[in-house]
Amino acid sequence: MALDFNFLVGGEAGQGVQSVSFVLSKIMMRGGYNVYSDQDFESRIRGGHSFSRVRVSNKPVAALSEKIDVLLALNEETIDLHRKEMKDGAVAIFDGESIKKDFGDGETFLNVPLVRLATEAAQNRLMSNTAAIGAAVGLVDFDFNLLAGMLREQFTRHGSEVAEGNVKAAQAGYDYARQHCPEKFTRRIKPIGNGDNRLLLTGHEAVALGAMAAGCKFVSGYPMTPTTSILEYIAGQSKSFNIPVIQAEDEISAMCMVVGAGYAGVRAMTATSGGGFCLMVEGLSLAGMTETPCVVVLGQRPGPAIGLPTRTEQGELWFALHAGHGEFPRAVLAPANVEDAFWKTVKAFNLAEKYQTPAIILTDHDLANSYLSVPRFDLAQVKIDRGQLLSDEEVSKLTEYKRHLFTDSGISPRALPLQGKVLVATDSDEHNEEGHIIEDAETRKRMMLKRMRKQEGMKSEIDKPIIHRKRGAKAVLVGWGSTYGAIKEAQELLGKEGVAVNVLHLNEIWPFPDKAVASMIEDSVKSVVIESNATGQLARLIRTETGIKATGTILKFDGRPFSAEYIIDELKDVL
Amino acid sequence: MTMTSAKVTIEDYAAASEIAWCPGCGDFGILRAVKKALVELQLEPHRVLMVSGIGQSGKLPHYTKSNMFNSLHGRALPPAIGAKLVNPELTVMVFSGDGDAYGEGGNHFINAMNRNIDMTYIVHNNQVYGLTKGQASPTSDLGFTTRLNPEGAWVPLRPLALAVACDCSFVARSFAGDLEHLSKMVQAGITHKGFALIEVLQPCPSWNRVNTFKWYSERVYKLDGDKSYNPADRTAAFNKALEWGERIPIGLIYKKDRPLFEEYTGAFGKEPLVKQKLDPMQFESLLDEFK
Ligand SMILES: Cc1ncc(C[n+]2csc(CCOP(=O)(O)OP(=O)(O)O)c2C)c(N)n1
Ligand code: SF4
Ligand SMILES: [Mg+2]
Repeated sequence: MALDFNFLVGGEAGQGVQSVSFVLSKIMMRGGYNVYSDQDFESRIRGGHSFSRVRVSNKPVAALSEKIDVLLALNEETIDLHRKEMKDGAVAIFDGESIKKDFGDGETFLNVPLVRLATEAAQNRLMSNTAAIGAAVGLVDFDFNLLAGMLREQFTRHGSEVAEGNVKAAQAGYDYARQHCPEKFTRRIKPIGNGDNRLLLTGHEAVALGAMAAGCKFVSGYPMTPTTSILEYIAGQSKSFNIPVIQAEDEISAMCMVVGAGYAGVRAMTATSGGGFCLMVEGLSLAGMTETPCVVVLGQRPGPAIGLPTRTEQGELWFALHAGHGEFPRAVLAPANVEDAFWKTVKAFNLAEKYQTPAIILTDHDLANSYLSVPRFDLAQVKIDRGQLLSDEEVSKLTEYKRHLFTDSGISPRALPLQGKVLVATDSDEHNEEGHIIEDAETRKRMMLKRMRKQEGMKSEIDKPIIHRKRGAKAVLVGWGSTYGAIKEAQELLGKEGVAVNVLHLNEIWPFPDKAVASMIEDSVKSVVIESNATGQLARLIRTETGIKATGTILKFDGRPFSAEYIIDELKDVL
Repeated sequence: MTMTSAKVTIEDYAAASEIAWCPGCGDFGILRAVKKALVELQLEPHRVLMVSGIGQSGKLPHYTKSNMFNSLHGRALPPAIGAKLVNPELTVMVFSGDGDAYGEGGNHFINAMNRNIDMTYIVHNNQVYGLTKGQASPTSDLGFTTRLNPEGAWVPLRPLALAVACDCSFVARSFAGDLEHLSKMVQAGITHKGFALIEVLQPCPSWNRVNTFKWYSERVYKLDGDKSYNPADRTAAFNKALEWGERIPIGLIYKKDRPLFEEYTGAFGKEPLVKQKLDPMQFESLLDEFK
């Protein structure tokens, strides 16, 4: 039987919403379920309203769902704001001794004295959040041992007393909810397996792991939401794996340090958001001109300017495609989900190094922060392809070396400074094969053509877009990047209503897979491009690259992620 | 730095490209002094990485032989830092102009001095923007007129005082017209363990008709050998760094042994990063943390 269950945890910033939701997500995965959890928080450290949804299913899930089964309210505002999202028969858990308000009848409320239970069970009122998790888990009659195990794991480093206290508080909440479970509430979540060989992580944790697995040896950046998490994760592992993370004085410096490190021979990366990327673009162009491999993660958030720092958007597709003065080849990859984020990051490093040019990974705030349960990454499948990097032995045999040698592929075999005795010279000025400054028209033209030839080679390595066909489909839903989960789910839900649509999703955007995109859209009577921006950037790119104009768009730029429900609603006007 | 038995001569540092500086430019003196210093240190060209910004100064690496990364305007230091951190066996020399270092690259300048990574930073200070044909620079004297600054330049920055304030571990000034002094300063900068700033007074006969060879020659005086001056005294150094006008000090202004940034964290490992093996499988244990 299909199980698709949605918890919503809400409270003020600083109240622990994220840790409650994390524990719930993790134990549900360990109970054998697929989990997707989004994070909605304001750009503040205390106060305001933040919430997180934990969606649990025995089918694959990869997007949020708006309708709630259990509302876990850590404050009064959470109920006011979210009761309208409760499904029929859903339950809201709250502590009636702290939240003294009559919410009327309408929905089902379960008053669990969380603070009192925590105080009685563990002599610690601060453990009321743990009691709340216990209550939510008890309400659905989930396996308490999984929760107890998770709490011990989390809190043992604070001493066994703290750990056992939390287990007791959770048990109190659990028992209370079991005893007082409203009769009408019959939904249950029983463990159906274990989480072995699965991981629960965010998109940016996946990017960080992908970078490390791909052999990244140098990171420089400047903090900016939503990519600080990448810098921080790798920094935490710096010492164990010898991957320095340098906090630069600004993004200009961060980008240029990465270019210097790449020139000297390591795989190097920076991560930023649109505002920081603005400062990086001259360095990106420097990498293009000096043919230096580098990887840039551009985690989008709504702009212009500071915009909405903790919200999501896909407003920087064209920016990524064109950033930098002059023309040079680049790769732009846009992971479709958390799992894809790992593999696209590995690919970005390989493309950058093989083609000796920048690779950009386009993510967004939603992908960055949402948790997804995924199959464990098979590290044996991570292939590090350093392209035409010469071996020490090859370099030792050279008597002269031209860093920018003209070749058919446009790729010049790459030696590193001090790898042997040959000199490695390169220049941001237009240069000759030796890397020295020139001004003559002929060399300029040949160099430009050499660099741009690399784009052709790179194009042959771009994967086909993700395609899901349905028999008799009259329309194709087109998207890119992190919206994949919601669009795919919309296709399935529509299918159940008897409306067949295809899906065409791009997660490798540049060099543009024009043939695959064109043939898929031409096959369909209608094409609807769905993206998180105001101007339809992918729709415009498709038109530029294929000459085809999509028949419709669904554009969302309120800073909030797409859900399948939202897409279906909007489609009614477009289809 | 590693010395080798094969003797390094000035021919090893011959020009790699045709020199496009104006006749009489102070940059020739800087180039000569740099080559002389490298030969005297017996450093082979392949052990040296020269990084430069954009300006007449930025062309210097093209006019000799070594590994070379000619970066953007104002961005000489960041790539140099990236390269040095991943391969500390390189002897890294960085070349900038006064506009490149103190104007466009000001933030990098301040933070590089504070960070103290082992490299030598040579700033060609001609008190003007040479390559872009004569606009005021951060170090142009008060009232220096150009087509872009018809009312005259505003009060100049005193970068060496800024350097002392940033506790830069080696702060020196020299003069492009004094080959011996300059090449000694460059040698001292290269052998210094830490970030060494050497500002060179560099006449630009094409665009700066005020601060000429003669103008500098009449004013410079040497600190070296002056027993009463102690470059370890930070307050004295700060005052010395502010001195400008009738008399301009050259020589070692400030020196302090400070820990190196690259030795501060354990993130770099024993071998240079560039030589470390890449092995995806070593991250298996990290995945376990997400179970
Ligand atoms: C981002 C950017 N802004 C402006 C320029 C134009 N530009 C090139 S060199 C230069 C100034 C050169 O002055 P300086 O650094 O003192 O070097 P000099 O030529 O005097 O040695 C300028 C403004 C540029 N190349 N890049
Ligand atoms: S313009 Fe000035 S700095 Fe540039 S080469 Fe000519 S004399 Fe030298
Ligand atoms: Mg100048």
